[in-house]
Amino acid sequence: MPLTLFEKIWQSHVVHEEEGRPSLLWIDRHLIHEVTSPQAFDGLRMASRKVRRPDLTFATVDHNIPTTDRSVPIQDPISKKQIDALSKNCTDFGITCFNINSPNQGIIHVIGPELGITLPGMTIVAGDSHTSTHGAFGSLALGIGTSEVEHVLATQCLWLEKPKSLEVHVDGAPPRGVTAKDIILTIIGRLGSAGGTGSVIEYSGNAITSLSMEERMTICNMTIEGGARAGMIAPDETTFRYIQGRRYAPKGKLLVGAEEYWRGLKTDADATFDRKVELNASKMTPQVTWGTTPAMVTDVTGKVPDPDDFQDPQMRGAVASALEYMALEPGTIIQSIKLDRVFIGSCTNSRLEDLVAASKMVKGRKVAPGVRAMVVPGSQLVKYQAEERGLHRIFKEAGFEWRESGCSMCLGMNPDILAPGERCASTSNRNFEGRQGRGGRTHLVSPIMAAAAAVTGHFVDIRSWDMES
Amino acid sequence: MKPFNHHKGIVMPLDRVNVDTDQIVPKQFLKLVERTGFGQYLFYDWRFQADGCPNAEFVLNHPRYQGGAVLLTRGNFGCGSSREHAAWALLDYGFNVLIAPSYADIFYNNCFKNGILPVKLDGTTVNKLFQEVEGEEGYAVSTDLENQTIRKPDGKIINFEIDPYRKKCLLEGLDDISLTLQLEEKIRSHEGKLQPFQVIDVKRL
Repeated sequence: MPLTLFEKIWQSHVVHEEEGRPSLLWIDRHLIHEVTSPQAFDGLRMASRKVRRPDLTFATVDHNIPTTDRSVPIQDPISKKQIDALSKNCTDFGITCFNINSPNQGIIHVIGPELGITLPGMTIVAGDSHTSTHGAFGSLALGIGTSEVEHVLATQCLWLEKPKSLEVHVDGAPPRGVTAKDIILTIIGRLGSAGGTGSVIEYSGNAITSLSMEERMTICNMTIEGGARAGMIAPDETTFRYIQGRRYAPKGKLLVGAEEYWRGLKTDADATFDRKVELNASKMTPQVTWGTTPAMVTDVTGKVPDPDDFQDPQMRGAVASALEYMALEPGTIIQSIKLDRVFIGSCTNSRLEDLVAASKMVKGRKVAPGVRAMVVPGSQLVKYQAEERGLHRIFKEAGFEWRESGCSMCLGMNPDILAPGERCASTSNRNFEGRQGRGGRTHLVSPIMAAAAAVTGHFVDIRSWDMES
Repeated sequence: MKPFNHHKGIVMPLDRVNVDTDQIVPKQFLKLVERTGFGQYLFYDWRFQADGCPNAEFVLNHPRYQGGAVLLTRGNFGCGSSREHAAWALLDYGFNVLIAPSYADIFYNNCFKNGILPVKLDGTTVNKLFQEVEGEEGYAVSTDLENQTIRKPDGKIINFEIDPYRKKCLLEGLDDISLTLQLEEKIRSHEGKLQPFQVIDVKRL
């Protein structure tokens, strides 16, 4: 029987199946961070249970750690308690933890791939919805709740109902200035924020296969914003090249054997999906969100919509309340929206290629007066590699703050937050009310769009920007 | 987990689509390392003004809905972050039953792990419930999971669908981990057949 990529991974991981209940799946990698794990470890202790496979479990601190000088003690006592709890839990249960002073610390979805922990054909889980990122390698990667974290710690397995399948096929070469972020925002705008609910998406088409691994991670990362359970892209030569030489990845003969297996991990020619959506990247434009869900998005050349444009009364109400929160009038030209803050970072867009692209926009330029702009590399390794290339100097000379790695202002659990009423161009993944700070207003964009916005103080059509200066 | 069977409670209407888990529990309250005590932070940014005073306009603060134990809301409830704190906050506040046309996947799972029953009803029925709840003070419904019914104050019955296995787990208050550990032999057998790339050879590093 012809199978999809998802079905192949599913079948190779089923531990137990019986009629009328979910399937028990083996989990290859479990990633842990400080915010969604303490209650899970407490549960283990209360039941005198051990971690079944500490060797397949990796932890880091990312959500609430400060991105300022690491030699200074953490000011927030509650954050410190959570960070210390993770350290202690990892020590007690024998788990590798990339702690605050580790050269491998970083956002969990940045370090998994860069350390070779993430590989094709795997099942990967974490107590974080953006675990979908790891699907870029052709793995089944899911965000789970804390009870499920405890379950995976204890059993290395997860009960899962088989999701539906959705193919998102994107052909065509994206025009200059249209990035992976714009492709996924366009897809979410089309699907709606619940369009993928109950499904695993496989992204296909030459617009996807021509992307780098980091760009593929951006696509899969935001899959959850369309409501889907996971997103995946079949592994290919680009994937294998990326994996080579990474710390925890197989090497030598083992790698050759693994690659042989991975090459078979693609959807068979006559396999079918429950649903298919097709888009053409050559017609896509740079995207800017105007509302309070990532699906409330439009072209950079567009306008803020009018609630009356929407037929569905609930959507009309949602748009009206989004515009009220965002303090935007219907018909406002996107490029006229003025900004107070710019954030380049997050598990969506904080990797080296993102920072290189953004730096080209700001080189020799200055952040606009009245704008505060910040770059937060996704990991210590990204930061190191960026500094080797001198990117920190370009950003700092332009007036950007250059920070230590972490989730930072994507969710504002650490001191990096928007003040009430501040408006931010952000390369992160969620523009929910209050996400970046109570009363803060978030517009999601690509790294180059964010960088250009920092320089001009408002959104600009990056396609008309001199990108090579 | 406490077994769930019958439940009766006042219905509180939250008339918004796409309520995300950042709204259910804002991030500044995710730093606790316990599972309890999150009820006070439920819908915090809507419920309290910036100065910490209750926002009288928000439905949780309306005197007529005090003691609400059934949350009636709109589609895609619980989207966004996977934080189980959202389920803990709803439960801690006193919501044991949710009614909506649809839920985000991770949140939906989290409800069942905590003994919360998220009922899915079609949009028309949900619309009608909103009208009835707003029209009648003290509007309460009885939820019977065994028979998959919700009884309205007028005695009319709404039937709902639920996956039989999820139902069984809620009814019996089953602990997932102990169920799984009963399958130890199968897990061990699968574990023994892992491919080399799936494991990490520490000596090789």
